[in-house]
Amino acid sequence: MMVHTTVFIVLGVVTLGAALAVVTSKNLFHSALFLMLSFVGVAGFYVLLEAPFLAAVQILVYVGAIAVLIIFAIMLTRRLMAEDLVQRNAQWVWSALGALLLFGVLVVTLVQVNWPVVEAAVPEDSITALGQDLMGPYVIPFEAASILLLVALVGAVIIAREEE
Amino acid sequence: MAVTLYWYLIVAAALFCIGLYGVLSRRNAIGILMGVELMLNAVNINLLAFWRYQTPSVMTGQIFAIFAFTVAAAEAAVGLALVIAIYRNRDTVIIEDINQLKE
Repeated sequence: MMVHTTVFIVLGVVTLGAALAVVTSKNLFHSALFLMLSFVGVAGFYVLLEAPFLAAVQILVYVGAIAVLIIFAIMLTRRLMAEDLVQRNAQWVWSALGALLLFGVLVVTLVQVNWPVVEAAVPEDSITALGQDLMGPYVIPFEAASILLLVALVGAVIIAREEE
Repeated sequence: MAVTLYWYLIVAAALFCIGLYGVLSRRNAIGILMGVELMLNAVNINLLAFWRYQTPSVMTGQIFAIFAFTVAAAEAAVGLALVIAIYRNRDTVIIEDINQLKE
């Protein structure tokens, strides 16, 4: 139990610290690298929550695809990486206050609620069950998601391509 | 001290609020997208934490998280394509300068 708690605290510090660096770093490229670190920390949380498939997907999709895509976009617009450029807008103080206020409200509310908790273990073959559910009762949403991805893919290509 | 559901919820709330601050305070469209990604990750932590602590025997929670992943991937692809298209046309990705509709 002690190991579990220690790992949770380390992951929390890494994830939240990297996330803070993402939103405060002056250099957008550093932000993107910290974003990768934060995604890896979230994958660690998924491992702690005994969802290994989701952890693998998190690494593949977020670290492997989305973060790399963001780095590509930063490099394609690289003039904007300049150090002297102001990255914060005029309302950042109010944004920070608003975010802190929301965090306070969320924590106070969350702690007051007595969430029902089940002391059951995750079944041994949870990944098998996940696959069978995706191909069984959830096959229609699964196909809808694949159509969504196809539409997004084609749309992204058309939006980003050079005009002739 | 064992890790409980509350710990995950609080971490996810913190991650969400950090992402919200990023979305509200960045001038660069790519920076805003990074904030959105952080918020989506916070939501996924919540989904999986509730799954693990409330219904670990059925896979619905994980499947919900998988669909959130899918939508996040589509959002990132289209969002970054839009940023690149705007950069081509206007030579900027600073949100305050993209205000043709206002003029």
